[in-house]
Amino acid sequence: MAEITLRDVRKSYAKNEVVHGVNLDVASGELIVILGPSGCGKSTLLRMVAGLESITSGDVAIAGRVVNRLEPRERGCAMVFQNYALYPHMSVAKNIGYSLKIAGLPKAERIERVNKVAATLGLTDFLERKPAQLSGGQRQRVAMGRAMIREPKVFLYDEPLSNLDATLRVAMRVEIRKLHQRLGATTLFVTHDQVEAMTLADRIVVMNKGGIEQIGTPSEVYGRPETTYVANFIGSPGLNLLKGAGHPDEGVIKLPDGQQLAYDRNQWPEIGHGPVIAGFRAEAVKFGSGPLSARFDFAEELGIAKLLHGSFGGQAMIVHVATRADLQSGQPFLFSVDPGDIQLFDADSGRRLEEVRAPAASAKQAMPLQITA
Amino acid sequence: MIERTPVLDFVTHALLIVSLVALLIPFWIIFVAASHDFHTVNQVPMPLMPGGHFFENMATAWERGNFDRVMLNSIIVAGGVTIGKIVIAALSAFSIVYFRYRLRMVMFWLIFITLMLPLEVRIVPTYAVAADALRPFKAIFELFGISVGLPEWNLLNSYSGLILPLIATATGTFLYRQFFLTVPDELTEAAKMDGSGPVRFFLEVLMPLSKTNMAALATIMFVWSWNQYLWPLLVVTDQQNFATATMQLQKIVPGPVFGEPPIWNVAMAANLIVLTPPVLVTIFLQRWFVRGLISTEK
Ligand SMILES: Nc1ncnc2c1ncn2[C@@H]1O[C@H](COP(=O)(O)OP(=O)(O)O)[C@@H](O)[C@H]1O
Ligand SMILES: [Mg+2]
Repeated sequence: MAEITLRDVRKSYAKNEVVHGVNLDVASGELIVILGPSGCGKSTLLRMVAGLESITSGDVAIAGRVVNRLEPRERGCAMVFQNYALYPHMSVAKNIGYSLKIAGLPKAERIERVNKVAATLGLTDFLERKPAQLSGGQRQRVAMGRAMIREPKVFLYDEPLSNLDATLRVAMRVEIRKLHQRLGATTLFVTHDQVEAMTLADRIVVMNKGGIEQIGTPSEVYGRPETTYVANFIGSPGLNLLKGAGHPDEGVIKLPDGQQLAYDRNQWPEIGHGPVIAGFRAEAVKFGSGPLSARFDFAEELGIAKLLHGSFGGQAMIVHVATRADLQSGQPFLFSVDPGDIQLFDADSGRRLEEVRAPAASAKQAMPLQITA
Repeated sequence: MIERTPVLDFVTHALLIVSLVALLIPFWIIFVAASHDFHTVNQVPMPLMPGGHFFENMATAWERGNFDRVMLNSIIVAGGVTIGKIVIAALSAFSIVYFRYRLRMVMFWLIFITLMLPLEVRIVPTYAVAADALRPFKAIFELFGISVGLPEWNLLNSYSGLILPLIATATGTFLYRQFFLTVPDELTEAAKMDGSGPVRFFLEVLMPLSKTNMAALATIMFVWSWNQYLWPLLVVTDQQNFATATMQLQKIVPGPVFGEPPIWNVAMAANLIVLTPPVLVTIFLQRWFVRGLISTEK
């Protein structure tokens, strides 16, 4: 059963709509990451679930009950905020136990539960400290403890790791994942960091400008982006996207400078003549030889490999090379891309074109696809 | 800003020292005058070094000013006004900052405008209300032609009459509002998620966080209400029981009897007595006071 259901949820500030009709079903125990650039409405969406923001139209249901008009405390959600939002005048123990105090639990039970939570989070030695005397990572843990202690049905995180340094962020990411596995609470996790999203999520919701672009598992979102926006946003670097003209008879996309990218005609049988966007991963490029040629501009050193930034058919392209490639700026290089690695998108809408999936991948797919001879 | 500019350092320090001396001279003169006998203090010029009659003069002043009773009155009134102001200011600022209701901004501006209307401006109507606290309601009822036999509730010659008309405070409301605006929204939201209602949030989160603010406000308001002169003079006719310390000063400097010099030494001793409590309060609270005004607590 869906633990959280959003039905055509919208939010407007004054006349300005910032969330446009979001639909989402979150299964019980699932960890959903809401991913998108800053200002796309992620926090607003999360806060509508939490009850901190009114819902302009549509329904939010938690455990089958529409909660639109319920106060935050009646919704059974716990939330971890970006800036931790700890009570500065309370000790760690009091911060963690405050919700239990409000709920009127007897003191002995409160202390016992605070101690248990503190032990799980490694905070036992800090219980008497004030938040100002803690490091960023410790504050983060206290914020999580405060959410955990209520044993909520639903966990909400709003960019909880973005104030931590890189090492700590990775460590906390792992801890959040472990915590989720142990508690099994339904979780909505908001972030603008795609690595965070990829590593944490059962499913990712990619948002852009107040709407959902795609919902899918990390590998779906990475491997089969539904729109050019998702294609470009996910992966580092994102998908190379090149405008060209479709030539279905020959099975190629012709770039403005006449070079031809061959695609898999069995996979994309319904391409029309005319403008189309071809995409391929930087990692899919076979560097060194091949029918295609691009101009090298500059290289980005990754340590284990390099990213070559270049121009292909007059359009920007990034190539991932493991080899030692010493190129001068402006120098051309040769490469090839497997037809099977080419993905195609509509030039106007940016949506992924209709394709026939390989049997292995389409096994789970319920929707029948028509194949025309 | 850290700079090494010896000349500027010297000038700043010289300026500070000069101002400090200018500020302290009157207090020195009060003290010196309070320590001489009647004849020495009336010499021209008055000596600038203290004499040996300080405790004698203090005792006389204490006696004559009935300070046993009057100091207690002043402490009750100033304490009452201070507490009242803090409570009212915190509550009204809480309402203005944290609740969305119709006329919210109107309320805010109404309070704000009273900043410009000190007690002295509205003293006649305030006196009328103090003479019968229910009179405004009577007037309203009469306006609608209803006659209700409301009892007369007279606040003259009482502590409530001395305290209540003084506790409304635009300054305090404003100070609290500014502080509440700096409390991060996320904190409010965290409290909401923890299940806290508005009253609990006010008492258990906002009030502890505004401790330094409270100290600042308490200092200002205690000194201000201690120094009130006009209002106590108006509402207190029973001077035996309800006179405040500041009112007594006027009695110690005797009226201009022709050819008689005023008894400055006792008057100055009384002055010292009256100014001690506010000075003590300021010294005691000034650490928090400064922090409260610049409010940079992390
Ligand atoms: N209280 C508000 N009043 C008006 N506009 C707001 C308010 N809160 C957020 N917005 C707008 O809504 C949009 C989405 O904001 P938000 O959900 O915070 O984005 P995100 O969390 O994805 O960075 C932004 O364009 C922002 O300017
Ligand atoms: Mg946000």
